[in-house]
Amino acid sequence: MRKVNLVVVGAGPAGLSASIEAAKHGVKALVLDENHKPGGQLFKQIHKFFGSEQQMAGTRGYEIGTKLLNLAKEYGVEIKLNNRVIGIDDHNTLAIIDNHKYSEIRAKKIILCCGATEKPLAFPGWTLPGVMGAGAAQTLVNIHRVVPGEKIIMVGSGNVGLIVTYHLLQAGVKVKAIIDASHKITGYGVHAAKIKRAGIPIILRYTVNRAMGTNQVEKVELIQVDKSFNKIPCTQISFDVDTICLAVGLSPSTELARMIGCKLYYHPKLGGYIPMVNQYMQTTIEDIYAAGDMTGIEEASIAMEEGRLAGLACAISLGYISDNAQSQKALENIRSNLSQLRMGNGKGGIING
Amino acid sequence: MDKGIKYDGYLSEKELAGAPGVPSIDQLNVKPLAVIECIEPIPCNPCERACPFSAITIGDSIWNLPVLDANKCKGCGACIPSCPGLAIFVVDMNYSSTSALVKIPYEYFPLPKEGMEVDCLNRKGEAVTKGRIHSVKTTATFDKTYIIGIEVNKKFAMEVRNIRM
Ligand SMILES: Cc1cc2nc3c(=O)[nH]c(=O)nc-3n(C[C@H](O)[C@H](O)[C@H](O)COP(=O)(O)OP(=O)(O)OC[C@H]3O[C@@H](n4cnc5c(N)ncnc54)[C@H](O)[C@@H]3O)c2cc1C
Ligand code: SF4
Ligand code: SF4
Repeated sequence: MRKVNLVVVGAGPAGLSASIEAAKHGVKALVLDENHKPGGQLFKQIHKFFGSEQQMAGTRGYEIGTKLLNLAKEYGVEIKLNNRVIGIDDHNTLAIIDNHKYSEIRAKKIILCCGATEKPLAFPGWTLPGVMGAGAAQTLVNIHRVVPGEKIIMVGSGNVGLIVTYHLLQAGVKVKAIIDASHKITGYGVHAAKIKRAGIPIILRYTVNRAMGTNQVEKVELIQVDKSFNKIPCTQISFDVDTICLAVGLSPSTELARMIGCKLYYHPKLGGYIPMVNQYMQTTIEDIYAAGDMTGIEEASIAMEEGRLAGLACAISLGYISDNAQSQKALENIRSNLSQLRMGNGKGGIING
Repeated sequence: MDKGIKYDGYLSEKELAGAPGVPSIDQLNVKPLAVIECIEPIPCNPCERACPFSAITIGDSIWNLPVLDANKCKGCGACIPSCPGLAIFVVDMNYSSTSALVKIPYEYFPLPKEGMEVDCLNRKGEAVTKGRIHSVKTTATFDKTYIIGIEVNKKFAMEVRNIRM
């Protein structure tokens, strides 16, 4: 069995940043990702990212991805694609499906950067072809260059809903409306303004009542909801659409953390159950660290800083840098970037239970 | 009554008047200026660095709103493509005796052509007037964002924020 010092699961912004940071200090990092391309969410993001200059704000997501990949290469990080980690045992052995074949790798330290998955929304007709996650629609237009449909309704006015709508408009798709059950647009105002000035209606306090169609979505029926999200009878309106995109939130992908017994806790604002981590991004299991969206749904800028923190902490605990004032200062720097980005709103400061 | 950007998706009159990045009409009447329509605290600051004349200040916390110093602003437009929110415009109120020049960030194909007459849309996406495309510009540093200059009747300079061909 192959033995390595550090395995990072997931080659998104968190995983790449973690492996780069560790490799900078001499740790040979191995990154495993289930996809055939690295980058996680980044290569679908054709828009310029907000955030601070330091985290490459103003740069388009896919360009951030390219920069991270170049750095990873420069520092000699090994990235294995089409490698899905299906389990981890108590001795840090990772069970992997490597290009359809089973294999095992043992690591001294493991950083989990598994990202998140889209939440579904159930309504009558939700199994009809044409109902899809906004992320799927985004992958179709931006990676495969295929439009998901001709006439779309977007469910959810968070940043994902607003940004994917913008990408769909850029791809020439007709977006009939964005709807949200909330009384307020939940994403950033600047993203909403782009959509609005393109003439797309933003309909608040409505949810999907049902999707209609014989072999695929042909129509969507919406219904108004009150403050407690109860449907208000006789308020239905409908749109002829062939695609219903759902952007109703993301859940942290905590399966591996759960499987090895990392303690999780519930944080509704960060997407649900997330692994408890200390100020080194270390979970409640000594050799297992976690970073990025899987420790709470935030942003790429935060995912990158958390990844760096975990990578640096692993380099210290593997003995590649001594745990002295200098390395503590480096950790402190990353933490202060994080608290800047979060303005104290985030998940920081949760110490081992 | 307009409730504001978080409800309608466009800035209300009140929000516009209170925005620290939006100059007053008096200031706009003097010279071309940036109009920064960013009023919600979000963790973002590339516009600050983009201005070669240090006319935009966000400061230490990236959650601060961008503040425009109209005295320093030269209306050059360098900040327009830096903004991931596409929330920065430049308005030249005195392009001619009757018309203003509005510069907007643009990321759709097909691009308009110089000289073309287009429908000019307000923040709600409604066509409010016709305008003439004055310029279509990009450079490598704009990173695929275009700046479209539109000549419109002065009266609509603070309304027009998009075009439709
Ligand atoms: C539409 C949209 C717009 C966004 N815009 C912005 C923005 O403007 N600014 C910003 O800062 N952020 C933005 N984000 C958020 C940002 O993309 C995410 O926060 C970021 O990608 C999270 O990084 P991550 O590395 O944690 O996860 P991901 O990028 O999701 O990467 C996780 C990777 O791990 C892999 N993986 C998971 N489990 C396994 C396993 N068991 N084995 C192998 N591989 C596995 C996944 O396939 C994936 O490749 C946006 C997100 C979306 C969806
Ligand atoms: S228009 Fe030019 S001078 Fe004015 S704020 Fe923008 S970059 Fe600065
Ligand atoms: S770059 Fe744009 S969105 Fe970001 S703070 Fe400046 S004006 Fe606001």
